Amino acid sequence: MRSLVLVLTATVTVALAQTAQAFCGFYVAKADTSLFNRASQVVLVRDGNRTVLTMANDFEGDVKDFAVVIPVPSFIEREQINVADKGLIDHLDAYTAPRLVEYFDPDPCKRYVMEQFSIAGAQPRSSAEMDRRARALGVTIEASYTVGEYDILILSGKESKGLIRWLNDSGYKIPKGANKVVGSYLKQDMRFFVAKVNLEEQKRAGVTYLRPLQIAFESNKFMLPIRLGTLNADGMQELYVYTLTKTGRVETTNYRTVKLPSNTEVPEFVQAEFSEFYRSMFEKQVEMQDRRAVFLEYAWDMAWCDPCAADPLSADQLRKLGVFWVGGNKPQQGRIAPQQAQNVFVTRLHVRYDAEHFPEDLMFQETGDRQNFQGRYVIRHPFKGESTCDNANYQAELKKRQEREAQQLANLTGWDIDDIRTKIPLIANNTPEQNVPWWKQLWN
Amino acid sequence: MPNPDHFGFAFVSGMDAIAQTIRLPAINLRDPRYYQIAVLSSLVTFGVVGLDFGISAYNAIAIVFTALVVQLAATKLTGLPKFDPLSPLITALSLTLLLRTDMVTLAALAAAIAIGSKFLVRIRGKHVFNPANLAIVTLMLASDHAWISSGQWGSAAIGAFALACLGFVVLTRAKRSETTVMFLFTYATLLFARALWLGDPLAIPLHQLQNGALLIFAFFMISDPKTTPNTRSGRVIYGSLVAGVAVFIQFVLYEPSAPVLALIVCAPVVPLIDMLRRGETYNWSYPAGFSKGVS
Repeated sequence: MRSLVLVLTATVTVALAQTAQAFCGFYVAKADTSLFNRASQVVLVRDGNRTVLTMANDFEGDVKDFAVVIPVPSFIEREQINVADKGLIDHLDAYTAPRLVEYFDPDPCKRYVMEQFSIAGAQPRSSAEMDRRARALGVTIEASYTVGEYDILILSGKESKGLIRWLNDSGYKIPKGANKVVGSYLKQDMRFFVAKVNLEEQKRAGVTYLRPLQIAFESNKFMLPIRLGTLNADGMQELYVYTLTKTGRVETTNYRTVKLPSNTEVPEFVQAEFSEFYRSMFEKQVEMQDRRAVFLEYAWDMAWCDPCAADPLSADQLRKLGVFWVGGNKPQQGRIAPQQAQNVFVTRLHVRYDAEHFPEDLMFQETGDRQNFQGRYVIRHPFKGESTCDNANYQAELKKRQEREAQQLANLTGWDIDDIRTKIPLIANNTPEQNVPWWKQLWN
Repeated sequence: MPNPDHFGFAFVSGMDAIAQTIRLPAINLRDPRYYQIAVLSSLVTFGVVGLDFGISAYNAIAIVFTALVVQLAATKLTGLPKFDPLSPLITALSLTLLLRTDMVTLAALAAAIAIGSKFLVRIRGKHVFNPANLAIVTLMLASDHAWISSGQWGSAAIGAFALACLGFVVLTRAKRSETTVMFLFTYATLLFARALWLGDPLAIPLHQLQNGALLIFAFFMISDPKTTPNTRSGRVIYGSLVAGVAVFIQFVLYEPSAPVLALIVCAPVVPLIDMLRRGETYNWSYPAGFSKGVS
């Protein structure tokens, strides 16, 4: 292969968008303010029945209005809850994001290729009265903790109405229609994990944004509850699920998991419009699958990457994300050898959902498939140096290739082929070949 | 210089000898297995071409080849009167559709276990386990490299409907549809009852039923007349039992691939049912069931 010089990634923040304005997964507003929450990101670490769930969102609004209600499969003790560094998820996002790679055509007049190699990867961004009232409504406050900047309650209940009334009375704005969904979870013996921001603790911690919440628990259910999140949704919701497992790729068992188209050559101008490209392509693929599929964007052994959009996460980072089977040894005195992440397979799933197309929660299974997959799009720059020979063949091939790239781009994104052609100089500035009389180039 | 005629003669007599050794059965279109093979092959093609399905061509070839070779070897060893390629082909196609593995050796092993079990695990002249079912469950339990991708069929209603119809054609030819009908009826009833109890919208059980893998299981695996009870009432009981166990595995134990696991758990009940309720063992070539035969 020729020289690889640049890797761009479409990180979550730039890639999403038009579907914004909706609350992510299972977050609810504590007050009726204009919350702006583009996407939920969830990291699921799973081995056997041990699970660590990390939830992040890009909530932008007054933090005092933030609250989250999550169904959890068991009672959660204080030590099972943690507050993580947002940088960890940003790093995982950057590492797994669909990427654009760039190649340069060699001088067609030379017989050898000088290789230049450098990678500019996207850097990860640094990253008692109540009780009595509750009982009267059939709600049990099983525990109440303050972890980091969050006040957390673990609730269980006999029936949904009492629980919803209690939540509403306590200032949580529970969307209409939640009654049945909450009732369903209660009957399935699930509890509710309710968190809101403790402003004093937040001040003390000196953080200005909301850090991801982590919960570690044991459950046979390998799933993600999404039904509550669809209730207050205005249109489709956007969710990224990163799973970290021992054996292999994770897929959904009750929805199709489809690979995002990959390894396609696209025209040069896509480099400047990579976010738009990714957004349009994703939208088109969602439509093509009848809005009922979960998309695989990355599946890779965490020990390496090629090309790397960001470095693989270190053993320490993985452990902080909940990967309990790596690291954990206290560093020895003296030299510390860099730890190589081992036995961790990352899967990045991207789903755009609503209640109509995704009536059930997402159920997952780990497969034995360790085949690497990445969303990768390729730009091949034509040779732009001075020509020292008759390179007519190269020019003809180049034109064909660029037309092919234009068509591939149109297929992937649904963009208008003529608009695409106007952005490709060689095609746009030339009269189509078939319209040029053959004799015009005969003696010139 | 050898005589070309001699070669020709030798070739013909060689083929004759093979044909005599293998004893391929004459094509009997009353045998519903031809329809089953046609439907299963179309499903494999649809899965590979229509849906990006994760079926590897190498696995498919390894499974079909191993299944036929093991059947041939076992036919010789057990002294059966004729080689029957149809049943191993159906088992091989079912395995190709349901089993996912990243190791071609495991795919071949699955076929060997499936066909081998027909000859090794027998009670009162019938094999106990559905061959493909036994192979899938054995490998899933023994290895991290085997799994079922039950969600990969999607839930497009039309697709499911088409699959069901095609399957039904096969079944009505096989004249033993009670197991499938009772399985689907009981399974659907339990899913709807669960949804009503939980207060869930009916879209949820409908979505759970519109699953290609479930229909393939119901129409092509549990329906196998060789591993279902010999009497009609026995099959009705058996179909419902498998559905009940499948719902328990799926919603109480939270295991994916519940129907496949339920079938293996329930299989040993079949000889028991047969002991209590006597009936005639199924013969593929005579679906009406009036002649002796061995598969």
